[in-house]
Amino acid sequence: MRDLEFTRRQLLERAALGGAALTLPGFLAACGGSSKKAASSSHKLAKTLRFSNWTLYMDTNNKTHMHPTLESFSKKYGVHVQYTEDINDNASFFGKIQGPLSRGQSIDRDIIVMTDNSRYPSLLIKKGWVEKLDKSALPNIKNLQPALSHPAWDPHRDYTLPWQSGMTGIAFNDKLTDPVLSIDELFGNRKLKGKVTCLNEMADALSLVMVSNGDDPSKVTNASFNRAITKIKKAVDSGQIRQFTGNDYAAPLAKGDLAAAMSWSGDIAQLLSENSHLHWNLPADGGDIWTDNMLIPKGGNAYTASVYMNYVYDPKIAAQIEGGDPKTGDTGVYYICPVVGAREALLKTNAAIAKNTLIFPTKKMLDNVHVIDPNALNNEKYLTTWQNLISA
Amino acid sequence: MGFLHRHRGLTPYLLLAPGVVWLGLFFLVPLGFLAYQSLESGSIDFGYAFSWSWGNYWNAIRNYRGHFERSLEYAGIATVLALVVSYPVAYWIAFRGGRWKNLLLLFIVAPFFVTYLIRTLAWQTILADHGLVVRTLHHLHVLGSTGRLLNTATAVVAGITYNFLPFMALPLYVSLEQIDGRLIEAAEDLYASRWKAFLRVTLPLSLPGVVAGTLLTFIPAAGDFINAQLLGSPTNHMIGNVIQSKFLELTDYPAAASMSFVLMAAIIVAVLAYARAVGTEQLTG
Repeated sequence: MRDLEFTRRQLLERAALGGAALTLPGFLAACGGSSKKAASSSHKLAKTLRFSNWTLYMDTNNKTHMHPTLESFSKKYGVHVQYTEDINDNASFFGKIQGPLSRGQSIDRDIIVMTDNSRYPSLLIKKGWVEKLDKSALPNIKNLQPALSHPAWDPHRDYTLPWQSGMTGIAFNDKLTDPVLSIDELFGNRKLKGKVTCLNEMADALSLVMVSNGDDPSKVTNASFNRAITKIKKAVDSGQIRQFTGNDYAAPLAKGDLAAAMSWSGDIAQLLSENSHLHWNLPADGGDIWTDNMLIPKGGNAYTASVYMNYVYDPKIAAQIEGGDPKTGDTGVYYICPVVGAREALLKTNAAIAKNTLIFPTKKMLDNVHVIDPNALNNEKYLTTWQNLISA
Repeated sequence: MGFLHRHRGLTPYLLLAPGVVWLGLFFLVPLGFLAYQSLESGSIDFGYAFSWSWGNYWNAIRNYRGHFERSLEYAGIATVLALVVSYPVAYWIAFRGGRWKNLLLLFIVAPFFVTYLIRTLAWQTILADHGLVVRTLHHLHVLGSTGRLLNTATAVVAGITYNFLPFMALPLYVSLEQIDGRLIEAAEDLYASRWKAFLRVTLPLSLPGVVAGTLLTFIPAAGDFINAQLLGSPTNHMIGNVIQSKFLELTDYPAAASMSFVLMAAIIVAVLAYARAVGTEQLTG
């Protein structure tokens, strides 16, 4: 039942975003209201922390549906957390916030989370639409995985801090198909016709298809881009690909309407506990890795947001977010934790999670994942081609 | 009061004022802004600027002709289906409903108590590959063994038909309800069989309802994107899906705005053609 609710909620959100189209962002722009002043960087905690995140991206108690780490944060600091799961994909969320931000208005959020395999974290920084982290409140930043410390678009982590990372690969349901271990199989096996989906984030789909073509996704050229698009288009035209999805592939895959799907590691790690017929693999040719980043949108309270980030960079808290707690019935997020020391903390409390390679991948796995070329993400022509492909 | 007494002629205008102001503010002004935006050029990175970019329109038509045609086609089929389904229902309620009329009408409106989105999502479950409907159709050999309903054109059209059914049924009911039963009786007494009386009297008198219903169904259906998104596959996407993705995902406002105008024009042309075919007097009842 839970996975059904999961899609439903996302679709609701998506529809809500769709509804926003009718309000004509441009018209709102024309009639723009008063702009709020950016919050000052005083060292005083706000009464409320306003946090926008993706769905199912926080430790949750199965019974109460509360988020234990958020509750204990509230208790410890006396800051109420207004937690909203209103991000379903990067592009739509950016579409929603860019209007107010471009007019210098606050979007009434202190933390938002966006993926580095989209153009948006770097675009937000470039446009000056984010506040700097208050590093004086963030000593735990020392626990950040070294490999994630210096991304090209925020080399000193002045504006962003990873929330979770994840890998993109292929999931399949063993009741319906033999193992599906490569993109060529996913897009080419006629037995799977109409039973597979592809992700709608360009970076994910592109990386996987490019490596299957023997191309390097960290250096996208027009030729390799076109090869990848041609391959996907062929699979769409032949009816092989049933839909392009965000993480709404999860419910149909679990139910058996889909046999296989291009998929994010954490989704399947979460579903595995309920459905042992699901499997997730990095394709033999390689997969991709991405990181979701916390950002403080302009007008957000940088100090309070930084205090929260410091809190989640405590390995014990990070471990709790990651793995939940089977004793109290808490489910974790099961993605890849960016905090050094979290695995060690989990080994003591929840060893099964600490040893799960979807959550703490092996070095061999990490050697087989790629990071997409950031230039490709900013190429208008590519973006338009992609958008036309997925809503052809 | 004194003022109104002296200027009686003003009363109708004063009564009209709230509606006119409302439409002016919330329809015409945004429409004007949309028109302005449709002629801009630029990008989200560097900003948009007005430049009489008529090319946006040309691109919209050239690149998305298939989507426009598909939207009109799906909306057209769904409208005809809705008419075929609703007419007998509305007829039955109007002439045979008796004291149950109100309850029966409530049943027609009942789905509207559930939000649009949930209604459409319910169809995902109804049409799922392992659902009852598909299994039954397989048993009857209507669908091949690999056939499916969800994420096909059939599912999209079925979803639109269902979602807009009350818009068709209610105007039909109203126009049928108003027919004076004595006219039908007279026809039957004087010259007609029941069928002939229906064709000569009932059907022509209900035409205003047919016209109102088809317009109320066809126009919003042509711009719909939820059904295609939830029940269709990428090859069934309608122009509404493209406009939605241009507005919200690519933040390409000029393209989205110009497409909206092309869609509007296409709908107006379709409606005018329809009006010519059935006669304009039916449009106004």
